[in-house]
Amino acid sequence: MNELNQTILTWILLVPIIGAVVIAILPDRGKLSAWLALITALVSFGLTLHLPTHFIVGQPGFQFEINKPWIDNPAIFYHVGVDGLSLWMVVLTGLLAPVGVLASWNPIRQRQKIFYSLFLVQQTAMFGVFVSLDLMVYYGFWELSLVPMAILIAMYGRKDGVKAAIKFFIFTFVPSAPLLVAIIWLYVRTGSFNFSDLQMLVANGSLPADALFWTALAFLFAFAVKVPVFPLHGWLADAFCEAPVALAMVIAGKLGLYSMLRFHVGLFPVQARAIAPLLIALTVIGILYGACVALVQRDFWRLIAFATLSHFSLTTLGIYGLNLTGRNGAIYQILNEGVIEGALFVLLGVLDTRYANSQIASFGGVASRLPRTATFFVITTLAMVGLPMLNGFVGEFLILSSTFMNVSRGWAVAATLTIILGAAYALWLVQRLFYGPQSQMTAATPAADLHLHEWVALVPLAVLMLVMGVAPSLWLRSIERSTAQPPSKQAIANPELFSNSQQETAR
Amino acid sequence: MNSADSLRILPEIILTLTGVLLMLVDASLSPAVTRRPLGWIAAFGTMFALWASIWQLSLGTGTGFFGAVETSPFTVFFHVLICGIVLVAILIALDSLPEESHHQGEYFALIVFGAVGMCLLTSAIELLVVFIALEISSISTYILAGYRKHNAQGPESGIKYFLLGSFATAFLLYGIALIFGATGTTQIYEIAEKVGGSQNHALVVMALMLMMVGMLFKVSAAPFHLWTPDVYEGAPSPVVALLSTAPKAGVFALLLRVTYEMLPALRSVWEPLLWAVAVGSMTIGNLAALRQQNVKRMLAYSSIAHAGYLLAAFAGMGPSGIAAASFYTAAYAAMNVGVFAVITVVSGYDDHLPLIRDFRGLLYRSPFLGILLIFFLISLVGIPFTGGFFGKFYAFSAAVGGGAVALAIIGLLNSGIAAAYYLRLAFAAAQRPADGDEPLRIALPQLGVAVGAALLFTTGTTLWLGIRPNAVLRAAEMAAHTLQVPAGEAPAAAVNQPGVSQSPQPHP
Repeated sequence: MNELNQTILTWILLVPIIGAVVIAILPDRGKLSAWLALITALVSFGLTLHLPTHFIVGQPGFQFEINKPWIDNPAIFYHVGVDGLSLWMVVLTGLLAPVGVLASWNPIRQRQKIFYSLFLVQQTAMFGVFVSLDLMVYYGFWELSLVPMAILIAMYGRKDGVKAAIKFFIFTFVPSAPLLVAIIWLYVRTGSFNFSDLQMLVANGSLPADALFWTALAFLFAFAVKVPVFPLHGWLADAFCEAPVALAMVIAGKLGLYSMLRFHVGLFPVQARAIAPLLIALTVIGILYGACVALVQRDFWRLIAFATLSHFSLTTLGIYGLNLTGRNGAIYQILNEGVIEGALFVLLGVLDTRYANSQIASFGGVASRLPRTATFFVITTLAMVGLPMLNGFVGEFLILSSTFMNVSRGWAVAATLTIILGAAYALWLVQRLFYGPQSQMTAATPAADLHLHEWVALVPLAVLMLVMGVAPSLWLRSIERSTAQPPSKQAIANPELFSNSQQETAR
Repeated sequence: MNSADSLRILPEIILTLTGVLLMLVDASLSPAVTRRPLGWIAAFGTMFALWASIWQLSLGTGTGFFGAVETSPFTVFFHVLICGIVLVAILIALDSLPEESHHQGEYFALIVFGAVGMCLLTSAIELLVVFIALEISSISTYILAGYRKHNAQGPESGIKYFLLGSFATAFLLYGIALIFGATGTTQIYEIAEKVGGSQNHALVVMALMLMMVGMLFKVSAAPFHLWTPDVYEGAPSPVVALLSTAPKAGVFALLLRVTYEMLPALRSVWEPLLWAVAVGSMTIGNLAALRQQNVKRMLAYSSIAHAGYLLAAFAGMGPSGIAAASFYTAAYAAMNVGVFAVITVVSGYDDHLPLIRDFRGLLYRSPFLGILLIFFLISLVGIPFTGGFFGKFYAFSAAVGGGAVALAIIGLLNSGIAAAYYLRLAFAAAQRPADGDEPLRIALPQLGVAVGAALLFTTGTTLWLGIRPNAVLRAAEMAAHTLQVPAGEAPAAAVNQPGVSQSPQPHP
């Protein structure tokens, strides 16, 4: 087992790629690709479960670390590891892989081979973002995560996939150019891409403050687009409308939010503090704006897009409150959103494939036709709204209470309005879709209730919503204990590592 | 001529013999017989030349023929690159040239003769040899560009390239004449010595300008780029694969020699000049490419932009700039030849799918080719894990290291623009085909062996450069260090430049 600890992260990164290659080689016949993808996804989920079971809570620093030279010049190291922050992100990504495959089971009928291969490449890219501790490797995975996503949006778009794909790609690619310049600048000044080294060097004030301000801003800008933070959300609604369900559930949120926590707040605490007031204002605007716009949407994908904007803004608020409770709440909320969005997208995908329609007004009374779908939908919606005992409540409560106590009562009160608005748009959506008299379309279209594979995807998610709501300490324990991470013990304890990376560059 | 001298031009000799053999065999075969085996002879000859170039490393750095040619890691790097490109171009042509054409044999002979010129161009250190080499390569490519004779665009392409190209070469020759007038020699190192020792540079500056016109024309840098889209559009795709990479690699090697080796004393003249040309090429190329509907015209403008990125690396003085430029040339060659290989297979020798919208649904109609096309385009955009990323990374790091931060920023903004048009093609390919579209049904097994090998080779190289660039980068750095920079000039400039190959200064 100990040996596995040394290589587990490499396996987590490799297994989806291997699966993708196998799928690409074998013929595109029947459900073969889908089964292979499901097996790969389950194996990789199983591997990610190794992390929390062997994670030593309370041990400072990164665990399961691997650090090997990769490219001599610039000195890029294959440096990966997880701590309390990334641990559950990796597991969440692993969990959503089989869910994504199951959600694509029926809707994806053409070119399954390409779909599942790219889906698994996307999986590796996301794992890579969460585990990379070398800025260049991180950047590589960050950019890579755009590619399969954009191709699949273009391929499987419902109406105008190409437009949504280009919008998504350009929105994320252009801000990553300043990010790259910032990373190169850090490297030119310090000779290292290593996260811990950089954290130490930034903390001890050896870099000029005004340049650091711009560097931090470049980082933040790239992440804020990806979350997205108001007013950078222009790509979100189109992407949600066009993306295949399995990808829409991971397109927003966690990558950007995690990156903010690790590489903005974590790397540039002083600069983050300076810019926090602006972000708090933007996030509160985003929370309210998203919720209000969600209220008036006619298409349920767009409604969910703006609801997502509102929810992720709340999470960002937790991050930029810059206190421990808010931070823990934010991390927990990222996990909650992942689970809830996963279930929500599966369910909306069910409606979209059964009725080939996403206009809310055409629905009505679906509950009498699809009672199980309705049940799951209600549970998910309640979790999203933040009903106590379900997971959404815990995160929202931690974030809002910490904002109220430590940041600003005014902003906290404003942000809390989202609970009311959120309940309004979410419950109204449930009512319009599932209850009331059957609409013409619902009555005329024969539709089957949940299939076995959808059932299999949804039950664990629903159970998780309940467990995460009742026993958050299972997760919060490992999140809390390794959140307060002193900067770079590793570099202090092991100065050789740092000088090594310089010698590498010197050659 | 003693045998030691001829070993210095061994790859050129092998290529020449191959070319002559091809012509003789072609002439002696009856017109009815297929010429395909000739293509394989050309391919093996090129491979042999490639091997010979690598073998030349064991000769060590040195000159031959009374200081007319040189072999060094620098020349070997470009020889390998050019032979690799030519090999792939031959392989693509093998499977795509129409059988009924009566000019197949000539076609392969011309490609091989062109390769002789391009290779010689990189090893020549005597300006008259440079001129002869450039003419050998140009004349072959003029003919190749106009190869689609039955199509009105073919001869147009050939004639345009010929007229403008010979005009540009005339400029180069005039520049050489003036250099000779100013210094009394045409040997690059002697010129460098004479120019370094004198004070009055007026005539040499004039000569440099004229030579620049000739060289920048050949690499299709703005403002000498106007021929590019028309020539690319009219020439057959396998030829464009060659045309857009190999001669450019040769001329870039020459440009490196002329600037860094021959006239380092005039750095204050050529550096701002190249800076302006770099910015102009990137911007004009990218903006014009945005508006194109024709795939080959779009890629023509994109190659103008890439010439700009490459020139940006020149701004990083010293070995780091040279290494970055060399690496970029290699990465660009791999992905661009790859793109044209895919386009040749999809659209055929006759370009029956000329427009971007014709590529709609490629990923559905032929997943294999679709994914390859998207892969090469993504590499051209510069996404990590592809060769294009590290090419751009090193080029802009060199520019930043050389103090040209503005250039790097303009370049990165440009790559944002570039993403838009590359993705237009990539996503058109990913789109669901419209109802009327015929399925293409070009799957892996139906691909010819030759084209399959070409695709494998370019894909592999592009991935390799993106995942493990160590070896190629080391080769490029070795090449950069052996480019003999006259003492007292460049080393002083190179020491202070933190760039890709030097250790960034650790902060106290």
